[in-house]
Amino acid sequence: MSKSERPSQLFRNLNAKIASIPMILTALVIFVGGSAWTVLYSFTSSKLLPRLNFVGLDQYYRLWSVPRWLVSIENLLIYGVLSLLFSLVIGFLLAALLDQKIRFEDTFRTIFLYPFALSFIVTGLVWQWLLNPEFGVQAVVRSLGWESFSFNPLYDSSIVIYGILIAALWQGTGLIMCLMLAGLRGIDEDIWKAARVDGIPTWKTYLFIIIPMMRPVFITTLVIIAAGIVKIYDLVVAQTSGGPGIASEVPAKYVYDYMFFAQNLGQGFAASTMMLLSVIIVIVPWAYLEFGGKKRV
Amino acid sequence: MRYQLMTAALAVTTALQFAGPAAATDLEVTHWWTSGGEAAAVAELAKAFDATGNHWVDGAIAGSGGTARPIMISRITGGDPMGATQFNHGRQAEELVQAGLMRDLTDLATKEKWTEIVQPKSLLDGCTLDGKIYCVPVNIHSWQWLWLSNAAFEKAGVPVPKNWNEYVAAAPALEKAGIQPLAVGGQPWQASGAFDVLLAAVGGTDAFLKVYKDKDAEFAAGPEVAKVFKAADDARKMAKNTNVQDWNQATNLVITGKAGGQIMGDWAQGEFQVAGQTAGKDYTCLPGLGLNEVIATGGDAFYFPLLKDPEKSKAQEVLAHTLLDPKTQVAFNLKKGSLPVRGDVDLKAANDCMKKGLEILAKGNVMPWTDQLLSQDTQKQKEDLFSEFFAKQDMTVEDAQKRFAAIVGSAD
Repeated sequence: MSKSERPSQLFRNLNAKIASIPMILTALVIFVGGSAWTVLYSFTSSKLLPRLNFVGLDQYYRLWSVPRWLVSIENLLIYGVLSLLFSLVIGFLLAALLDQKIRFEDTFRTIFLYPFALSFIVTGLVWQWLLNPEFGVQAVVRSLGWESFSFNPLYDSSIVIYGILIAALWQGTGLIMCLMLAGLRGIDEDIWKAARVDGIPTWKTYLFIIIPMMRPVFITTLVIIAAGIVKIYDLVVAQTSGGPGIASEVPAKYVYDYMFFAQNLGQGFAASTMMLLSVIIVIVPWAYLEFGGKKRV
Repeated sequence: MRYQLMTAALAVTTALQFAGPAAATDLEVTHWWTSGGEAAAVAELAKAFDATGNHWVDGAIAGSGGTARPIMISRITGGDPMGATQFNHGRQAEELVQAGLMRDLTDLATKEKWTEIVQPKSLLDGCTLDGKIYCVPVNIHSWQWLWLSNAAFEKAGVPVPKNWNEYVAAAPALEKAGIQPLAVGGQPWQASGAFDVLLAAVGGTDAFLKVYKDKDAEFAAGPEVAKVFKAADDARKMAKNTNVQDWNQATNLVITGKAGGQIMGDWAQGEFQVAGQTAGKDYTCLPGLGLNEVIATGGDAFYFPLLKDPEKSKAQEVLAHTLLDPKTQVAFNLKKGSLPVRGDVDLKAANDCMKKGLEILAKGNVMPWTDQLLSQDTQKQKEDLFSEFFAKQDMTVEDAQKRFAAIVGSAD
């Protein structure tokens, strides 16, 4: 840019623009293109192979009349709300406790973060054994003398989803704790000093000063947790395979089962379109609030 | 999904290790025979094929047909076909055939006169689409068997039942002796299959065909099928708290005498054999639950994807020929516990249960099974319904029957 005249807008930062072409193409072709293709074929009666014979909304009518799909949605709601709540609360509490300048902080951090190094498949299998009534928690407590102790979530239809929630929290809260801890460390020491000078109790400082200041961290965390909730699949497969009966089914598993086991692509696509729709319903208002309107600093 | 791909990848790598140096044509064969008895049977096929100078590359996929089929199908549709693959003949591979991905075996079949050697004839119907033959049936598997542990009944102090009704009556005695009356594993197809067996046994062959072949929803909601649901209700009460997943684990409960019995296809027999048990002495088998002695002509077959490599195509023909060879048929089916697809082979070594099956077959008491009559889509809906029905004791029989009739009404 030795010439003094202003270069055209298009060629500014040319290198950066060229470098991002592959990613732009990937996003457009694979994400947007793939999604559009899926939505289009969800209006067809495709079976094993995709075919373009349109049947209107038939796949959707069927989807919303199937008990298994309704159970899946209900499970996702229960799992989603509770996992969001507990991940945030437990993650933040652990982070706040670790932030009290305790000894062996590194050790504790490693212990809490360690489950995150395991895949959902391994987590699922580990908790399948831990929750198994024959040799898991129930057997251990009973062998200690409480003969009538009963804790058997994986074989009880009404509470099986909580058994999955426990495993998911065990695996995921470590990461949330680390994110929160990073957020807490980013708060200026002077704020704490000022709060102490004003005589504000610690819990109030956390609740009314620190947490509002950690807004960006909370938003990142929220996105990570929410993405994990919608795509939950492998944990359920490893832990219960959707059982007993259909009591722990989740939408992603419905999509997979109907696309591949039932050889009914149309039905699977309709279900995945509904999942996409639910994500959009959550994301759009939030993105509008976050990025639309006035620019924040 | 990641898990399943991983299993597949593992299976393929193990297979490759066994491949070794082979001058002849390597043909990869995928199948889902992985339990003890099944693996012993498939080894017989591999041995016979290797004896022809070619090499069987074993592509076993663990986790039963439900897990294996999607992997096989995506390999074929994704342009990486194997040399040959197992399916249950019938409608599982229907669309792959329609899309022209499978090899037409009609020429070979005419040359080797398959229509004459394959017995019963309805087996080849499952392989035929628009007059062309696309697969080689290797065995006859029927679902309609009740396996009973003699030791369990002895412990409970009741005689071994001779049919389903006696079995239901004996359930309280078994329970009192601390024995699980009926073992049904958690895999959805087990509950669904058990119901189909009850439909064929309690309802009768005609009722079965009216529901699954004619897809008569009104009949499925009617009083005759209600009787079957009553029996299914007994079954789920007897199967309560089974707490195992896989079918062979459930069979193992019967082998060890922890459970009184299991409704399972004749592939369960391979497990009894591996455990060293004798039919009639250690366990009892009742075809058609002792009520309706008919055998369904379901089973396994090999399909051959269309390949470009002429060497491999030739090896496919050799494999197809080997599979129907009388010697292979005997060796394979004895290990597998299934019945051979040709009537002219000598099964002296067959045990009591297989002899019962052969007798029924010789009498011509055969019927088609759900794999031939229903699409995978309908089968899956049925599985969802019955796995829920068996797991949820408070689901009413009327409610289940209503939903069943709706599935039958929309079946294709």
